[in-house]
Amino acid sequence: MAQVHLRKVVKEYEGGVQAVKGIDLDIADHEFVVLVGPSGCGKSTTLRMIAGLEEISSGEIDIGGTVVNDVPPRDRDIAMVFQNYALYPHMTVYDNMAFGLTLRKFDKGEIRRRVENAAKILDIGMLLDRKPKALSGGQRQRVAMGRAIVRDPKVFLFDEPLSNLDAKLRVQMRTEIKKVHQTVRTTTVYVTHDQVEAMTLADRVVVMNHGKIEQVGPPQELYHHPKTRFVAGFIGSPSMNFIPARLEETGSGLVVRMTERAVLPVPAARAARYAPHVGRELLFGIRPEHLTEPHPNEHRPNIAHFEAAPEVVEPMGMETLLHFWVEGHEICARFDPAIEVAPGRVAAMAVDMDQMHLIDPKTDMVL
Amino acid sequence: MSASSANTIVSYTGKKLGSLRSERRWALWTAYASLIVATIIFLAPPFYMLVTSLKSSAEISNLQGNPWLVRAPTLENYMELIANPLFRGFFVNSVVITLCVVVISMVISVLAAFSLARMKFWGSQALATGVFLTYLVPDTLLFIPLYQIVGGLGLLNSIWGLILIYPTLTVPFCTWIMIGYFASIPKELDEAALIDGAGWMQMLTKIFIPVALPGIIAATIFAFTVSWAAFVYPTAFVTTPEHMPLTIGVVSQLIRGDTFAWGQIMAGALMAALPPVVVYAFLMDYYIAGLTAGATKG
Repeated sequence: MAQVHLRKVVKEYEGGVQAVKGIDLDIADHEFVVLVGPSGCGKSTTLRMIAGLEEISSGEIDIGGTVVNDVPPRDRDIAMVFQNYALYPHMTVYDNMAFGLTLRKFDKGEIRRRVENAAKILDIGMLLDRKPKALSGGQRQRVAMGRAIVRDPKVFLFDEPLSNLDAKLRVQMRTEIKKVHQTVRTTTVYVTHDQVEAMTLADRVVVMNHGKIEQVGPPQELYHHPKTRFVAGFIGSPSMNFIPARLEETGSGLVVRMTERAVLPVPAARAARYAPHVGRELLFGIRPEHLTEPHPNEHRPNIAHFEAAPEVVEPMGMETLLHFWVEGHEICARFDPAIEVAPGRVAAMAVDMDQMHLIDPKTDMVL
Repeated sequence: MSASSANTIVSYTGKKLGSLRSERRWALWTAYASLIVATIIFLAPPFYMLVTSLKSSAEISNLQGNPWLVRAPTLENYMELIANPLFRGFFVNSVVITLCVVVISMVISVLAAFSLARMKFWGSQALATGVFLTYLVPDTLLFIPLYQIVGGLGLLNSIWGLILIYPTLTVPFCTWIMIGYFASIPKELDEAALIDGAGWMQMLTKIFIPVALPGIIAATIFAFTVSWAAFVYPTAFVTTPEHMPLTIGVVSQLIRGDTFAWGQIMAGALMAALPPVVVYAFLMDYYIAGLTAGATKG
């Protein structure tokens, strides 16, 4: 087990293209950290630099107190699970899992003990004599994880391990990975583009964009207190609604004005924080789950009401998504499926203003 | 869509649609007809050789009757050849030359292909193209320079001269096949091996060679065939019977002036052709898989 520290790590390819632009990250012992972001944000490159599969252009990577910049992958004491499993096709499941230990000249009895133990954790004991081609996608991914577990490394690295699985199996394997981490407690760095995976697995999520870290924090913190517009939009599904609005002061307090008629009151608790921005054109951000049907016995303060006619209604089973347009901006609301709504028919809506965000469009920072 | 009768499907233009079954039948008939013609064309010469090899000298020289049939089959041509120590010497020479050439070719081409396909270094792409261009140079063009080199080394009229030359013909193509095969192996496999603790040589021997076995077999068969069937080079480079391989031994020793021992020539040629036939028969599937590898991503 070990801590991992990245200090001002840069990856620059030939031609001057920077995939990773000087990131700093401290990962604690036993921690499960997920790097998440859109394609090309540098998350996989960062993982591969930790693994030693990519050289770093500048900066420092420290695993377990040793700077590993020039240490080859085999001497970093890490294990990696790949998106396409990367199982050795000519070897049985047992040999696949034992390969790393055999190369490190472990005693045969110890190898057997470790492989059987990992097989038990992953419930693949009955597959040990099979070749990878005789396994399903989920089983292959378990074997790939088993290959990592037997090594008992300082750090587990996962590179989008669930991307090749179908939706149902992905959920199942996600739980499996969480369970394995709770059992073995090895420091884990996990890369995914799927924010649901990131939220459900991580102790801390690292949101990356354009080779930089946008924000690091526990999933709930990222969800409730995003620091940038990118994080606010990336975390949460469906993503946060953004509507251009003007912050104004009225006799009864601050309001955000989206159109002549669409004016929403800002909670009094936020007045001091937003006061310096009065009169500015900002972005009003609200998540679909905070834009719902009104509740008749609603006693919470700071619930604003308005009406809109949805153009598209998507019944999802556990919820119904309503899409309507304000000043050319698409807005999504999340309704209780028991409420009857129809496209084109005006529906009453409630906004939980305690959950609102204001974003400075010039800096893209959440105020 | 309308139906003129209960079972006939007609398109909206009114044209009768062909049934899948009859189209498939036509395709099969055409395939069978072409394959039978091709088989006859390719099997006629060896069949004629077989028939002739089973005839006595008297029957061969008798111009009466159908030359494609044997009236009194005999194995005397085979027996005489097998009893002849010179022929056995040709066979041993061919085996030694081929074994050495196959081993040398495969060691060089597997190592070359692995480094060119996987260890990205400056100029590796240009070198890979260069290897293939070498293969495009006709053998006959290399004839004189190679003769001078082998002569300079004092290896003329020796099987070692041939063992030195043949790899120049086999290595480029074998390397090219292996580059394609190695390139088709997913990159993550070597990365997984690197993380598991393998060095480059372990990665080659424990991962790449077993995974690329069909490609290696295809390349081996190619090297085997080139070496076993070589004719022009041994004709020019070997002059005494004790150093001759089968291909030229049979011809040079069984034709004396204008006397052709046709029965023995045919028997010798057939026996010489036997090892490649056996090798192909057992490894055909690997050979085809090896040659087509890399054509699709998979």
